Amino acid sequence: MKGLLKFITCGSVDDGKSTLIGHILYDSKLLYTDQEKALELDSKVGSRSGKIDYSLLLDGLMAEREQGITIDVAYRYFTTDHRSFIVADTPGHEEYTRNMAVGASFADLAVILVDASQGVLVQTRRHARICRLMGIRHFVFAVNKMDLVGYGEDVFNKIKVQIAELAQTHSLSNIQVIPLSATEGDNVTIKSKNIAWYQGPALLEYLENVDTSSSALEKGFYMPVQRVSRPDRTFRGFQGQIESGTIRVGDVIKSLPSYEKASVKSILYTNRNVEEAHAGEPVTITLDREVDVSRGCVLARDASIGSYKKIKASLLWMDDEPLSLGKDYLVKIGTKIIPGTLTKIDYAIDVNTGAHLETESISKNGIAVCELVFAEAIVVDLFEKHKTLGELILIDIVTHATAACGVVEGLYEKQLQSNEKAAFVQGERHGRGEIFEEFFYDTATLSVVKQQPVKQHYTVGDEIPTTGESYHYPDDFDIIILRDSTAVKVRGKRIAKITDVGEYLYDGFPVINGRGFEIKVNSDEDVSRLLREYAEAGEIGREEFFKKWTVFDTYRKVVIK
Amino acid sequence: MSEFSHLDELEAEAIYIIREVAAECEKPVMLYSIGKDSSVMLHLAMKAFYPEKPPFPFLHVNTTWKFREMIEFRDETAKKLGIEMLEYINQDGVSRGINPFEHGSAYTDIMKTQALKQALNKYGFTAAFGGGRRDEEKSRAKERIFSFRNSAHAWDPKNQRPEMWKLYNTKINKGESIRVFPISNWTEKDIWQYIKREKIDIVPLYFAAPRPVVVRDGNIIMVDDDRFPLREGETPEIKSVRFRTLGCYPLTGGIESTATTLDEIIDETLSAVSSERTSRVIDNEAAGSMERRKREGYF
Repeated sequence: MKGLLKFITCGSVDDGKSTLIGHILYDSKLLYTDQEKALELDSKVGSRSGKIDYSLLLDGLMAEREQGITIDVAYRYFTTDHRSFIVADTPGHEEYTRNMAVGASFADLAVILVDASQGVLVQTRRHARICRLMGIRHFVFAVNKMDLVGYGEDVFNKIKVQIAELAQTHSLSNIQVIPLSATEGDNVTIKSKNIAWYQGPALLEYLENVDTSSSALEKGFYMPVQRVSRPDRTFRGFQGQIESGTIRVGDVIKSLPSYEKASVKSILYTNRNVEEAHAGEPVTITLDREVDVSRGCVLARDASIGSYKKIKASLLWMDDEPLSLGKDYLVKIGTKIIPGTLTKIDYAIDVNTGAHLETESISKNGIAVCELVFAEAIVVDLFEKHKTLGELILIDIVTHATAACGVVEGLYEKQLQSNEKAAFVQGERHGRGEIFEEFFYDTATLSVVKQQPVKQHYTVGDEIPTTGESYHYPDDFDIIILRDSTAVKVRGKRIAKITDVGEYLYDGFPVINGRGFEIKVNSDEDVSRLLREYAEAGEIGREEFFKKWTVFDTYRKVVIK
Repeated sequence: MSEFSHLDELEAEAIYIIREVAAECEKPVMLYSIGKDSSVMLHLAMKAFYPEKPPFPFLHVNTTWKFREMIEFRDETAKKLGIEMLEYINQDGVSRGINPFEHGSAYTDIMKTQALKQALNKYGFTAAFGGGRRDEEKSRAKERIFSFRNSAHAWDPKNQRPEMWKLYNTKINKGESIRVFPISNWTEKDIWQYIKREKIDIVPLYFAAPRPVVVRDGNIIMVDDDRFPLREGETPEIKSVRFRTLGCYPLTGGIESTATTLDEIIDETLSAVSSERTSRVIDNEAAGSMERRKREGYF
C-alpha cells in the first residue's frame, strides 16, 4: 500500500470541483449511510430540484451553503484498497486566492479542473501559478464536463495542447491530463465507456498509483530545532522533525548559525532509542559536547546551508491591510521567528497573466517579488533547495494576523563562520578578500600593521567597498587572486563575474592582485605569461616575481596612525 | 529501514504541532475528555517530549454525568503516567441542578461550553489542545489546526487565519486564545489502528460487555447510576453493547455488539454504516448545529 497522498482540487465556481470529490466518495462507497441520508435530505431542502447534489458533501459552512460556493478549504479523508487520501477542496474565485494557497501549501499534487466546453481560461493559469508557487510538483488536469461536448476527442486534444503550453510557461512537471465528467461519473473512479478513445487511467486509479516522493529529495541532512528538552541536568536533547536525509549515532553535525560541530550521541525516535533516523521522523538528538543550540537553530550535515541577513522572496499577500514598505513584521522561517523589514518591491506579478508590474504596494491576494531584511542573519535557504527553510510567513506585529506567505528565491549578505574571512564566493569557487585589508603605520610600535577587513562574503551582483582608509580602487577593475586561482571582474563597483583564472579574459580594465597591488598586464598574452611565471617561480622565486609584476602604491598607501 | 507509513506520517505531524505549541505558547493545556481521541492525543504528548513529561497540564471538564468507568480510568491514567490532571466542574450549574434530562441544549451549554470557558479563564490558559478531527463533522472539516478564539472564546469561521505549510502562527493578543487540533487529519479508522499499534489503553466501555440499558428514541442508553429517571414502562435490560464515542452517559447512544477485541472493533468500524457522531444525541438537531455551537464557544 502506498503512503498518504495529500492533494488539492482547484477550479472555478462552476467547474464542479466539489461535485467531483463528492462523486469519488459516493462511488467508492466511502460514505456512511447517515451522511448519505443527510445528503439526499439537504438536496431536497435546498433549491436544487431534488437530484443528488454531491457538492453538498463538501461545502460545510452555513454561509457557503447559503451562497452555493466554496469559500474556505475543506479537508476530506478517504481510503481505498490501495491508498489513504486527504483532499483539500479549495475555492476557485480570485477573491479567495489566499484560501487556495492554504490548500496548495498542504498538498503534494494538484487536480486542476478545466471545463471542456471552455478550455484553459485565465483562472486555470491562476490556479497553476499558485500551486507552483506553493511548491506543488505533480499536476492532474481534469478536463471536466466531457458529457457537454459529446465526449469529443478533438475537443479534448485541443485542450491538451493548451495545457501543454501552460505547463511550459509555468515549468510544471509531472502532468497528467484526464477527460472526465464529474456529474455523470465518467473516468472518475472507473474508466468510462463513453470515452473509449482515451487510453490512460481514470482519475482515482491515477491518484492511487502516482508516486510523489522522489521529487522531494533534498541535499544532506537538516533539522530545524523546535525545542530544547532538559528534564534534568544529565539530559539535553534537541527536538525536531528531520526535513531531509539520514542521521546516525556518531555522525558529526553542524549547528547553525554558530557553525559549531559535535557528534551525535543518541537519537530518540519519539520514545525509542534508534541508531539512525530519517526524513519525516520526529526525533530528539543529544550531542557529545555543549554547543550553542536553541529553538530556531538548525542541525545539519552535508547540506550546504548558511545564514543570511537579506533575502528576496515571492510573497502572496493575505491580509486586508496592504503591504507597506518599511514596515516591520515578524518573520517565521522553519522554527525561527525574527523581526524583518520589507525594504523593496521588485515587481508585482499579475496573478492571471504572469506579467511583471511596477508597484509601490500590494493588497490582499496579490503576488510580488520583494526584498526582506532581517534584524539579524538567520538560517534560511532557497525554496527550491531546502523547502522548509525557504518557506516563510509574515505576521503583523499589532494584529498578529498572518499578513503574507512567501518562498525564498534569493539570498544576500551571508553571515560568515567565525573562522571565515572576507571572500569572493560563487558556488563552490572561493577567493580571499585581502584587497580590503587596511595598512597602518603604528607610531607607537614604529611598525606597519595590517587590519583584517570586515568578515563578509561577496558574490555576483553585490556592491563592494572600493574605497577604504588605505586603499582606493577604480569603479571598474579585475582582481586576479593567484593563490586561489580565482579571477573577479568588478564593473560599476559591483561584482560582474567570478571565475577560475583559466577562464579569465583581459578586457582593458586595470588589474590588481589578491592583496590590492596593481598587476602590470596589458593583454591576454601578458596574463598567460604572468600565470606561467607564477607557477614556475615556486616559493623561492616569489620575491622576484612580485617585484617584476606588481606595484604597491598605485591603489594603496600606508596610513599613519 | 521500515516503510514510513501513513500512521507514522500522521503521528509525526501531530508531534510537530504539539511541540510547536509547547515551545511558542505561553500557557498551554491539553483538554482531556477520556475518550479514545483524547487517549491518542495524550499518548502523542507523552511521545513528543520523552524522556521529559509533557510540559503542560491536562484538563478534564466534568459535567458530573460522565460514565463512572470514565472517571476511574481518568484517575488511573493520570497516576500511572505521572501527569498533572486538572478537573473543572461548573459548580453554579450543579447548584442549579442542571441535568441532561430536563434541560436539553441548555445543559450542554452550561455544563460543557460555559464550564470550559470558565476553566480556561480561571487558569489563564492561552492555548488548549483538543482532540477534534476534521472527518467528524462538516464544519470541523473547514477548521484550521490552530483555531483562534476571541476574548469571548467565539470562533469566526469566515475570518480564519491562513495556515501555510507547517508555519503555524501562534501569536495572539491579550484575551484571545487558541484551540489546537493536532489530530485534525486523522480518521476514525486511523485512531483505531494507532490504538492497536501503540497498545494504548482505552476505557473498557469501547468494548462490548453486558450492560444495563434502555432504548429511547432509537438510541441505546446505558443506565449507569440511579440518577437516571426511568420513564413509565421502561425497565433496564441487559444487552451486549459498546460505545463508539464517550461523553455524558444519558446523551451517549451505544450499539449492540459482541466486539470484545480491538480487531473486532476495527472490523466493525470499517464496515459501519453510520458515522460515529450519530451516536451523540446533540449533533442531529439541525444542519449546522455544530458550527453554531462552535461560534458560541463550544470546543
